[in-house]
Amino acid sequence: MTNAAQQSHNDKVTGTGSDDEQQYLTFIMAGEEYGVDILAVQEIRGWEATTVIPNAPDYIKGVINLRGTIVPIMDLRSRFSLERVEYSPVTVVIILKVESDRGERVMGIVVDAVSDVHSISDSDTRNSPELIEDLNTEFIRSLVSVDDSMIILLDVQRLLTIDKQLLDIATDVAADNE
Amino acid sequence: MSIDLSQFHQVFFEESFEGLDIMESSLLALDLAEVDAEIINTIFRAAHSIKGGAGTFGFMQVSGFTHVLETLLDQIRSGERDIEQVYVDMFLECVDCLRGLMSDLQAGTEPDMSQADDLKSQFEVILSGDTEAGTEENLAEEPSADGTKPGSQEGENVTTNDSEEKGWKIEFIPCEDVLCTGNEPYRMFRELQDLAEAESDGSIEVIPHLDQLPEFAKMHPEMCYLSWTIIVRSTIELSDIEEIFEWVVDDCKITYKRLADCDLSILEEHHKLGSDSEAVESETIESEVIESELIESEVIESELIESEELGSIPEQAPEIHAAEVNEKIEKALEKVAAKTAPSATKKPATKAAENTSIRVSIDKIDGLINMVGELVITQSMLGQLGQEFDVSRIQRLQEGLQQLEQNTRELQESVMKIRMLPISFAFSRFPRLVRDLSKQLDKEVNLVMLGENTELDKTVMEKIGDPLVHLVRNSLDHGLEGVKERTDNGKSSAGTITLNAYHHGGNIVIEVQDDGAGLNKDKIRSKAIEKGLVAEDEQLTDGQIYDLIFQAGFSTADVVSDVSGRGVGMDVVRRNIAELNGSIDVSSTPGEGSIFSIRLPLTLAILDGQLVRVGEEVYIFPLVSIVESIQLEKSMLNNITGSQFVMQLRDDYVPIVCLQDIFNTDTEKKDLEGAMLVVVEGDNEKIGIVVDELLGQQQVVIKSLEQNYQKVDLISGATILGDGTVALIVDVSGLNNHSSDKKSDEQTQAA
Repeated sequence: MTNAAQQSHNDKVTGTGSDDEQQYLTFIMAGEEYGVDILAVQEIRGWEATTVIPNAPDYIKGVINLRGTIVPIMDLRSRFSLERVEYSPVTVVIILKVESDRGERVMGIVVDAVSDVHSISDSDTRNSPELIEDLNTEFIRSLVSVDDSMIILLDVQRLLTIDKQLLDIATDVAADNE
Repeated sequence: MSIDLSQFHQVFFEESFEGLDIMESSLLALDLAEVDAEIINTIFRAAHSIKGGAGTFGFMQVSGFTHVLETLLDQIRSGERDIEQVYVDMFLECVDCLRGLMSDLQAGTEPDMSQADDLKSQFEVILSGDTEAGTEENLAEEPSADGTKPGSQEGENVTTNDSEEKGWKIEFIPCEDVLCTGNEPYRMFRELQDLAEAESDGSIEVIPHLDQLPEFAKMHPEMCYLSWTIIVRSTIELSDIEEIFEWVVDDCKITYKRLADCDLSILEEHHKLGSDSEAVESETIESEVIESELIESEVIESELIESEELGSIPEQAPEIHAAEVNEKIEKALEKVAAKTAPSATKKPATKAAENTSIRVSIDKIDGLINMVGELVITQSMLGQLGQEFDVSRIQRLQEGLQQLEQNTRELQESVMKIRMLPISFAFSRFPRLVRDLSKQLDKEVNLVMLGENTELDKTVMEKIGDPLVHLVRNSLDHGLEGVKERTDNGKSSAGTITLNAYHHGGNIVIEVQDDGAGLNKDKIRSKAIEKGLVAEDEQLTDGQIYDLIFQAGFSTADVVSDVSGRGVGMDVVRRNIAELNGSIDVSSTPGEGSIFSIRLPLTLAILDGQLVRVGEEVYIFPLVSIVESIQLEKSMLNNITGSQFVMQLRDDYVPIVCLQDIFNTDTEKKDLEGAMLVVVEGDNEKIGIVVDELLGQQQVVIKSLEQNYQKVDLISGATILGDGTVALIVDVSGLNNHSSDKKSDEQTQAA
């Protein structure tokens, strides 16, 4: 799968993709459906105990060993200041991978459950209303309606960027990509 | 269709740096008394590849500079010129200069061409001196007294006088269908221009002849009706020009003539034409200036005398100005020398950010492939066993697992070996360094290098370079005596510095040994007393005395020289080595010399660690930093400032920290009494850390936290334990700084 994802990622980069439709993996958190670019998803795992990192922000649950790589795990609920829930066996960790200026970055996000895969064309997406001025809007790329329900599409690049300084860099990179 | 050449830049830079290293080592190996043609060829080839590569990638500054270098090398190679010490020195300077240019280009900054230009004009002087004087060879380096061959740094105008004779007149009459064959004359001219203007005074002028032009109605758009006369004012070799026209030489009529031999009336006509129509092509402007000089040379000459900056020598007044020029050259040379020094120190800073690659010998790769092959075999064996498994086959399974374990270990070892490079990479800079320094200090030095094939982790190698340079400089400057002193003491006049590297246990030992005077114990001691580092009546062992030289600001040199003696250094050396988890020792015998031995771990990727449990987390302390582990007793504890506990440990007071507090992990704090304490030492300061349990000791593979997360204070890395969980490695020297930071924070808060 990783190879296939890499392949199609390459396709995207070289611009040989057939149309502007992109596939998104969606997941559920606090009753809302969120989507991330499926090319950024490396794998989906169950929740496992982490090693706590000293002096980390509370949304960083710690690090795990992913086949020899140390991968930080972020609790998306606490990142979005949502109510905390107990982790259960169905709690899912989505391992995301993005290219940054420092090379590839891998990070896991804890979500309630994985939902579906949708093909969404860019033209169907709507910008999120700018009325809401809080931190979380930074991570939202756009909104889209699929089958009468709304999906919040997240900007993975920004999501995986932990501190402010890196966020600035990510913004620049994103600007360059556009 | 165009290819993005920038993707090859990195390779080009790497190859060029390698080429420069080859040039440098070959130049140093060159024995002037008995020149080995193969060495000259090697140098030439390296220079040629750099020039070619630089030209391909459009680094014209580099290719232009290398071109003059190559021209001189070519003359030496073909035997037209004997190699001399001055040339070798200049070539070495060029190597440094090219390195600087390349580093700048690699870092994406505009290279500083001033040094290159200076050197280039020196070369041009040598080269032009030769063309003009024909048989005379040695006059080039120093301008001769009569001033006709001025070794001028800024002598552009002088050389323009020369260029009356230098250069070529090329008649280029292409066949009519030259354009159809894909040969674009403009491109050739441009190439010719680049070639000519590679020299500061070079210029090119292209004069088109329109007489063959048919009437407009008869003109065929794909035909070329023009012919050209090209005047090249530069010291280019005919062969270089011929190269440019190589593709068209069969179809077109091309004649070459030396400028000196032909009459330039056509030029004048052309210029009259040009100025009449006031449409002067930009590339001819320079030659126009020359042209007007030719016509009004007397006026110009008088102007030249006035303008001293030009440093030029009009032919009619050579005696007056020769001395002045000499002076200027000396000044310029000094400038060049001064520039060399900062550019050398500037380099590493820009380099650090680069992505580095590594060259691995094919043997190592083959070994790896073999091992992976075996691993696959074992895996399929185990797979087969698993499919039809019953209890009777348990022994086979155990055997298989054993084999798997062995394969894995071998694989791990050989993968680690890929990072290992022979230490000659770090040693290679020393012949040059020693050569330059010994000249500067006027000492005779032999450099002996042993164990150059001892392998060392690449990361360690990069970091050990600077400390080693420092030690060698020290040995040369302070260790070895001057020639006179040596012979007075009955030693051979040439001192010896020995660099030796060998494996010892799991460590690599690098020794810098000199046969100089040895460390002067009394002097070190009195200096230390003077600086208040030791009390006057304190008894010190030899080891303790030698240890003093690693104190910050300590120097026994009577005179502060360029090379060393400022007292910054040995403490830095020790700190750098400590950062690599290594240590440094000195031993010395008066009159016989001293040995500095550096002991380093073979790799930074593996660490001997002590596992400890704190709350629910497992942390790892580097074993080398642990002094001792003890059980706390009430009597040892003292409370200062309410929150900070200290413990009396023999003569020291050691601060005690709880990892829970400084890591902000929410585990309950336990009573300190009876707790287990690990005393660690980093940056020469001890600190006691409360732990819940001492687990085992084991070698751990260091993994980066920064790769996917970010730098975490007080944590130097992470590792994966046998059960697959992650454990964090505690940064002991960071802990020390942290506790002092905290203290000062609290102090400011209190105030």
